[in-house]
Amino acid sequence: MRKTLWFVSILVAVSLILAACGGSAPTSNGGGETVTVVETVIVEVTSSAPVVVAPTGFGVTLETVKARGNLICGVNSQVPGFGYVDADGNFSGFDVDYCRALAAAIFGDASLVEFRPVTAAERFTALQSGEIDILSRNTTWSLVRDTELAGNFVHTTFYDGQGMMVPADSGITSLADLSGGTICVQTGTTTELNLADVMAAEGISYTPAVFEDADSTFAAYAENRCDAVTTDKSGLVSRRTVLADPSAHVILDITMSKEPLGPMVRHGDDQWFDIAQWTVFAMFAAEEFGITSANVDNIKSSATAPEVLRLLGNEGDMGLKLGLDNNWAYNIIKLVGNYAEVYDRNLGPDTPTYIPRGLNSLYTDGGLLYAPPVR
Amino acid sequence: MQESLKQKRITAFWRDERILNILGQVAFILILLFIASLIFQNMRDGLARQGIILSYSFLSGISGFDISESLIEYSRTSSYWQAYQVGLLNTLSVSIVGVIASTIFGVILGVARLSTNFLINRLAAFYLELIRNLSLLVFLIFWYLGVFLKLPRVRDAVVWPGDIFLTNRGVGIPWGLPTDSYPTFRLILLIGIVLSFIVFFALRAYSNRTGQAPLTTLWTLLTFIITAIIGWLVLPERPLTFDIPAVEGLNISGGKVLSPEFMALTSGLVLYTSAFIGEVVRSGILSVSKGQVEASHALGLNSFQTLRLIVFPQALRVIIPPLTSQYLNLIKNSSLAIAVGYPDVFYISNTIQNQTGRAVEMISMVMLTYLIFSLITSLFMNWYNQRIKLVER
Repeated sequence: MRKTLWFVSILVAVSLILAACGGSAPTSNGGGETVTVVETVIVEVTSSAPVVVAPTGFGVTLETVKARGNLICGVNSQVPGFGYVDADGNFSGFDVDYCRALAAAIFGDASLVEFRPVTAAERFTALQSGEIDILSRNTTWSLVRDTELAGNFVHTTFYDGQGMMVPADSGITSLADLSGGTICVQTGTTTELNLADVMAAEGISYTPAVFEDADSTFAAYAENRCDAVTTDKSGLVSRRTVLADPSAHVILDITMSKEPLGPMVRHGDDQWFDIAQWTVFAMFAAEEFGITSANVDNIKSSATAPEVLRLLGNEGDMGLKLGLDNNWAYNIIKLVGNYAEVYDRNLGPDTPTYIPRGLNSLYTDGGLLYAPPVR
Repeated sequence: MQESLKQKRITAFWRDERILNILGQVAFILILLFIASLIFQNMRDGLARQGIILSYSFLSGISGFDISESLIEYSRTSSYWQAYQVGLLNTLSVSIVGVIASTIFGVILGVARLSTNFLINRLAAFYLELIRNLSLLVFLIFWYLGVFLKLPRVRDAVVWPGDIFLTNRGVGIPWGLPTDSYPTFRLILLIGIVLSFIVFFALRAYSNRTGQAPLTTLWTLLTFIITAIIGWLVLPERPLTFDIPAVEGLNISGGKVLSPEFMALTSGLVLYTSAFIGEVVRSGILSVSKGQVEASHALGLNSFQTLRLIVFPQALRVIIPPLTSQYLNLIKNSSLAIAVGYPDVFYISNTIQNQTGRAVEMISMVMLTYLIFSLITSLFMNWYNQRIKLVER
């Protein structure tokens, strides 16, 4: 009986303490006049029941990344040319190189990136929960994602459109030929919604076969589960290279939607957004000024054009304004390269995943890439 | 009376064990509730900081995506809630088909495992050991990628007797289409059910009066089947016409086409769960002591009667509780549908979560859904268990 009494009194005491701090926890941000005893209890509770909350607020992300010593980047691991794990376990691709550029801008070392493969379905939750610092995973910019998914699209790094791939011997040349057919598509993508939209608009009936990730979508297509497979054209080009016989499949000459792809950050940290955005612009600008990883040292020591000097950190304090080292853009170009270099390395004519630059050329070449002035 | 009670109390309430016990439990629940609310509060604050507010109102929005198979009317303009219902019904259909088929198959396996025939016994043992030691996910992917997607293309469809079309777009089976006389036929079926009930109660009354044990279940079923057959033959027009599947263009038309995803999921779940049910059945039958069988033979009952009247009723008491948990496993395991692309409730909720970003809401809905499914199943099984269990005096 004595034991029970002790047990009960301890329970009551614990619950009272918890209740006390429960009352003060939400208001503790405002009032600094709480009694010391209560404050120590708050610390105990937060440490005993940790719930991960994404770092938000101006400057918090950069601070977290610097304190951690590396950048955690959410990437694709299944689309060659954009985000892919090669046989040696190394990540490569266009979106992956963007992460390296961002790390170069922050740390002056492009290798300080931890790549975390995320599926289309889990990517936004991973970003919201703070599991990743930035999402660079061929993600389409759309209104809902900008608002309800609490993200900010940094900038379009790749202008894409949705396409359709069919077996070459199927004789299918247009969407109408697919009437009554089955189409493989990946869940949680804008592609899935566009497909429903376009087919409804054209009045074509079809059956979707929807899969969890790119690998299972294309595995099912390869097994002839569907008459066609749809995703972004870049995705089709890149996935075709890993099919058993790439020449047995054709990509139809139809563009079903606009797919502006780019990196995405969380709401709430404008500094982080600026850093991510200017990393993109630095790569555009470098191409425009003809600065490459090979000649950047030469140019840095001999340049006279003020804008080039500002970009490379010889003049002014552009990097400091972003909260970075003044050599931020120099590091990006030196360690990763300008936009054209990154593009050619992953999607250029010498790669199996060749995609003509098209809209993804500088505005001076009739494309859409245009960097605001560095000043 | 009240007065005397009050005076009798000599121990103070904080020394009264009964009160302390209750107090302890109340305090424990309070702490539990408090911790739960703390966690919930923390999550809500964290979400609010990112401008996300918990709400289920998004469910009435337009879903915008298509679903491959649905038992109800659904299109891209339907709401998220309707999409969720589609998933709910798909989960239910897989669960119901799965539970029935795996019970039948499991009982056969369990009995085969106890067979005195060496070959049957060894084969059943090999099967049980093989299947029970596989991972279900691997098993499902094997059935999907290794079996159903490896079937020939539609234009080279394999046709099994009974007009069953096997293709990698699905398995086409003949399917009854109701004709004008179908409503009348339904009425006849209803009469059949009433008749079989009458037979059931009459036979039970007879058994209670005379102490004989007639084959109640068999006669009840036969009554229903005979009524149905008579109805089928008597009606001027057949109540159902059989729609035979045929190859047409890219697809199979007519009949009922079961998608490879559905086939892979149900066959995987059924074969997997039936291996466990087989073991449950075997343990149930073995739990009936040999003396019972010998006594029954001594009383002059034959082998079939012994099995039906002595062994099986006693085995059932041992079988039901673990069988319940196998049913629950099957229902919960059906969420692995996502691996083979079958649109069950978990799959659909994943899609909704993706398109809306409402992770907390969708996960909580799915958890609640599976909880309700499982609770209903166990309530029913507990009720059945209560009914058949040994009455102790």
